[in-house]
Amino acid sequence: MSGRVLVGVKRVIDYAVKIRVKPDNSSVVTDGVKHSMNPFCEIAVEEAVKMKEKKLIKEVVAVSCGPQQAQETIRTALAMGADRGIHVEVTGKDYETLGPLQISKIMAALAKKEEAQLIILGKQAIDDDCNQTGQMTAALLDWPQGTFASEVSLEGDKIKVVREVDGGLETIKINVPAVITADLRLNTPRYATLPNIMKAKKKKIANMKPADLGVDITSRLEVLRVDEPPQRQAGVKEHKHGARNLAEGTL
Amino acid sequence: MSTEMALREGALRCNLLVSSRHFYKFISCIGVRSVSDKVSSKTVTSGDPETAGDHLIYTQEHFALKESLRKIIDQEINPHVDQWEAERKFPAHKIFKILGSAGFLGVSKPVEYGGLGLDFSYSVAVAEELGNIRCGGIPMAIGVQSDMATPALARFGSAELKKEFLLPSIMGDKVACLGVSEVGAGSDVSSIKTKAVREGDEYVINGGKMWTTSGTQADWICLLANTSDGPPHRNKSLFCLPMNLPGVHVARKIDKLGMWSSDTAELFFDDVRVPCKNIIGQEGMGFTYQMLQFQEERLWAVANILTMMDNIIQETIQYTRQRKIFKQSVLYHQSVHFRLAELQTEVELLRSLLYRATALYIKGNDVTRLASMAKLKGGRLAREVGDSCLQFWGGMGFTSDVLVSRFYRDSRLISIGAGADEVMLGIICKYMDTLPKK
Repeated sequence: MSGRVLVGVKRVIDYAVKIRVKPDNSSVVTDGVKHSMNPFCEIAVEEAVKMKEKKLIKEVVAVSCGPQQAQETIRTALAMGADRGIHVEVTGKDYETLGPLQISKIMAALAKKEEAQLIILGKQAIDDDCNQTGQMTAALLDWPQGTFASEVSLEGDKIKVVREVDGGLETIKINVPAVITADLRLNTPRYATLPNIMKAKKKKIANMKPADLGVDITSRLEVLRVDEPPQRQAGVKEHKHGARNLAEGTL
Repeated sequence: MSTEMALREGALRCNLLVSSRHFYKFISCIGVRSVSDKVSSKTVTSGDPETAGDHLIYTQEHFALKESLRKIIDQEINPHVDQWEAERKFPAHKIFKILGSAGFLGVSKPVEYGGLGLDFSYSVAVAEELGNIRCGGIPMAIGVQSDMATPALARFGSAELKKEFLLPSIMGDKVACLGVSEVGAGSDVSSIKTKAVREGDEYVINGGKMWTTSGTQADWICLLANTSDGPPHRNKSLFCLPMNLPGVHVARKIDKLGMWSSDTAELFFDDVRVPCKNIIGQEGMGFTYQMLQFQEERLWAVANILTMMDNIIQETIQYTRQRKIFKQSVLYHQSVHFRLAELQTEVELLRSLLYRATALYIKGNDVTRLASMAKLKGGRLAREVGDSCLQFWGGMGFTSDVLVSRFYRDSRLISIGAGADEVMLGIICKYMDTLPKK
């Protein structure tokens, strides 16, 4: 199989930042807060670049949806080895309500437009933990999916995916084209080296809007309220009598 | 399956990864994002929210560089700093190889030898980001490797010499150190006593060097020695000396107040024979060559300490916010938050001076006066920040468990090394034409 791989990369609040909820409980504070590429998206980019280095695929296209700053995330992907980028511009209120369903519609439209043979995404984003985009994208395209991938290998015209599931590891073989979502142990993302950062400057990032792809991004969901998790309460010391009961197996 | 069970399962499978770079980052990705009050070991600097478009000297590439370097620091360096500080040494070969492979040791060096040929603003970006390392010793050693032991070689060395010493130093395969200061000569470089006497096609070197950063693990030393009896500024030469030559002795590893993870050596040279071709550039020009890079060295040190000061102030705010005294946060006492505001103000002033000097320098101007002023202020401000912040940390500040005490010890060197405060003042006075006439 030789061809084009689309990799979705999401700009999220950096994993090390202490999250604060806005005083009006509408969302979390994002202004002036450090953002970076979703760690699972990094793993997805790494896998795509490795495939290209092994000459299994020809081109890696990094895709991100969001405001102007999403281009920084695309540049990081370019510095890791992606060939070009696509920035789907979504701003303001539309961006606040952007979720997996709209993203998968965009990814599906791009996959058709770019004639992609493979879509690699992170299994979930660390801000919403949805774990839906990969699955929805595959469904919209009617493509097979290999999610929670900890190992991906090409065998002829099929892809072998080892998936991390609750019971252990599951190995499946799926046809190409397909959607794969990257799990933690798939690979160790490379550092963007300074030479590659400078080379990335010359790589192209195409700009477009969801409407250009014929995608309606109206949200079907409305966030009512965002709250911090409840403060840890002090523990309660078990009464001696109660402890004996527990040991005896009775309540 | 409950989250707890999944975590335990994951943790069992993760055993191998515990010591790998995944651990710190991904333990929070398995769904346990930190909302704790404990001071995070990864301080997110509130340094500059300026976007690439507005910044005085940085472009998007500078920010991408910083982000990538920050990842290396967070994953390969910071998790081990406490251990290396306790061991009084960090593994220079290992760390320099990681940095060299990513291109961070040759930012301004020639492309033919593995460098990137970028201007000094990129070196400043690297220096700034290295300030996120949780000690002073490692950034100092990196600075020596990239901007103190190698610039003269890069500019004036022969092609053969550059291939043997510069290329592997940029790639991180060889650790370099700088031999200028001696037991009897620090600020007055011109009075060094180490001699290199020509004998046929070799130089025979006798003498010693002091305060040699990375001296116990370096592969080669950039050595300044007297090669003739002429006037003291024109009789010295620079040599590339392999450290494994017979006669090179590491006399001792110096035990210091701070910068513990950086090994500092006292060296002796006992009839060390080195080929003539190992001289950098022209004989007699050594002093001039070393002096040419002083402006860069000093601005580098300032860039480095600014980030550290930012981080210490931020950590102090976090600590004093949650620490209660007399029924309210330490931070809410006016003497505390006002003082921190004063310190932050001065940090920003120094940062502006750094960017101004850098902008002028990359355009080809001589910034000796501004660089000396910045270095002078950097050393003194670091002492003030360290002293005030340590006071606010109270008893905890006095322990080895916190960063502020390490900063207090490490930063004291800034006013001494790489040009003492007194030397900086002398240079500034020279430019102000206020020195007594002979």
